Amino acid sequence: MNEDIITLAIETSCDETSCAVLRNGREVLSNIISSQIEIHKKFGGVVPEVASRKHIENINIIIQQALDEAGVSFKDVDLVGVTQGPGLVGALLVGISSAKAIAYGLNKPLIGVNHIEGHVCANYIEFKDLQPPFTCLIVSGGHTYLVQVEGYTKYEMVGRTRDDAAGEAFDKVARALGLSYPGGPIIDKLSKKGDAAAVDFPRVFLEADSYDFSFSGLKTAVLNYLNSAKQKGEDIVVEDVAASFQQAVIEVLVEKSIRLAKERKSDKIVMAGGVAANEGLRDLMEKRGREEGIRVYYPSRILCTDNAAMIGSAAYFNYIAGNISDLSLNVEPNLELK
Amino acid sequence: MKVLAIDTSTMMATCAVLDEERLLGEFSLNQDMSHSENLIPMVKEIMDNLKLEISDIDLFAASIGPGSFTGLRIGIATVKSLAHVLDKPVVGISTLEGLAFNIVHSGIIVPMIDARRNRVYTAIYKKDGQRLKSLLDPTTMDMDELLELLDKEHTNIVVNGNGASLYRDKIKDKLKDRVEFAPISLNSPRAASIAELALIKKDEIEHNYYNLVPIYLKESQAQQDIRKREG
Ligand SMILES: [Zn+2]
Repeated sequence: MNEDIITLAIETSCDETSCAVLRNGREVLSNIISSQIEIHKKFGGVVPEVASRKHIENINIIIQQALDEAGVSFKDVDLVGVTQGPGLVGALLVGISSAKAIAYGLNKPLIGVNHIEGHVCANYIEFKDLQPPFTCLIVSGGHTYLVQVEGYTKYEMVGRTRDDAAGEAFDKVARALGLSYPGGPIIDKLSKKGDAAAVDFPRVFLEADSYDFSFSGLKTAVLNYLNSAKQKGEDIVVEDVAASFQQAVIEVLVEKSIRLAKERKSDKIVMAGGVAANEGLRDLMEKRGREEGIRVYYPSRILCTDNAAMIGSAAYFNYIAGNISDLSLNVEPNLELK
Repeated sequence: MKVLAIDTSTMMATCAVLDEERLLGEFSLNQDMSHSENLIPMVKEIMDNLKLEISDIDLFAASIGPGSFTGLRIGIATVKSLAHVLDKPVVGISTLEGLAFNIVHSGIIVPMIDARRNRVYTAIYKKDGQRLKSLLDPTTMDMDELLELLDKEHTNIVVNGNGASLYRDKIKDKLKDRVEFAPISLNSPRAASIAELALIKKDEIEHNYYNLVPIYLKESQAQQDIRKREG
């Protein structure tokens, strides 16, 4: 069986309507992403009902664009992949309803995909030779996970955030600094001009053996620092606060990733998710990786954000593993990675 | 011409296949919050039993609201994508018109769908040959306000929909013997009615699988809040 397998994939877990076409799970023929970020900016964050309304308006337009750009038609599609969760339930429902109709209409297999697994698989697209096992840090506005990837569809969830996701902490601190949404890219940019040692914010490592994360204390520390500076009438150097905050986040992310990789004798650390586009995080992870003899991978910026190509890659590997969903597949807003 | 119609605007998920004058099959399930799970299997069940392929369908129809936002999107996403993948025409039909179409009555037909907080999605129709004439276009209305209006302007009224069941006592108190309640079998959305309306209206409605969207008759809460803030 040497024939190419064409995957059509749909991702609508949050505020991006995305559809992609892949050949054999690693080659992206198209990856259309319609971002709603400008719409949600005025609300200061993603509003679920608004996101769902945009998804239903856009979904078939995006699907057709993905087919056109890939130069294929529905009849070339061998399987349909779709994000099953985690995510916003109303948003997920648009994608899953659409994907089920397409799979049924084509009489082709349907694969429900875990969004977090999709983020991991973005790296298989970026690095054609990358193979499990490896240690993986998944960080975004919605997720913070440390995972030991044992096979293409086999994961061990080792650590997670106990409160805010890393990207969420960036958003909240950005808001406190009077910066716009989303906060991550702006703080990353300002950090380059600031002194990361200017303010000594706490590094929250939790229990000595824990791989979990906590960012809400750090966020509170930043808010307290800003309040007390205001009360004392001191000027705040936004760049310094941004750089010091970012340093406190990424040191914890990097050190826990390195510790897990060493414990599991992994020679690869793979990063995924929106915050994996943070240059401060990339630089520090690479530096520490070099010191420890661990190779560090992260996907290009576009594959870090929520996109359907990564869902298509995960769908392909699940298809190969025989994990096919039936037509009663439902969304799971709190789906866990197993 | 074979029509497949779907209505998931309320707790009732319903789908039907109609072949011109003939109802070939209808499948309705009244189960809370399981439309996403049930809908495609229900469609498949009908098609398999009829020994038809989904590609045998010539026209797809969806009930487009008002109703449950999430329910509507499940039905519409399904219908849009079926039409898209098979490149067939699609027609969207008002949920309220679909409900009213269940009823054969010479007077006034008032479908009501619960919109929470003493409000209903409603409209007022009168039969006009095979069609329905709208005396009040679909809107969201306070229940007391609607009863006031009906009391003042209408007699010989039939009501249906989950709003009519919910406010049964209130309606009866106000309109007394000028109102009748639809029997259970005609009280909920029926995909067969949506399918028949789609056949009647297919040449006058300009929907396609790209532009078919729900009619919410309500802004999202966040949008309302922004409007209030901005005055
Ligand atoms: Zn994500």
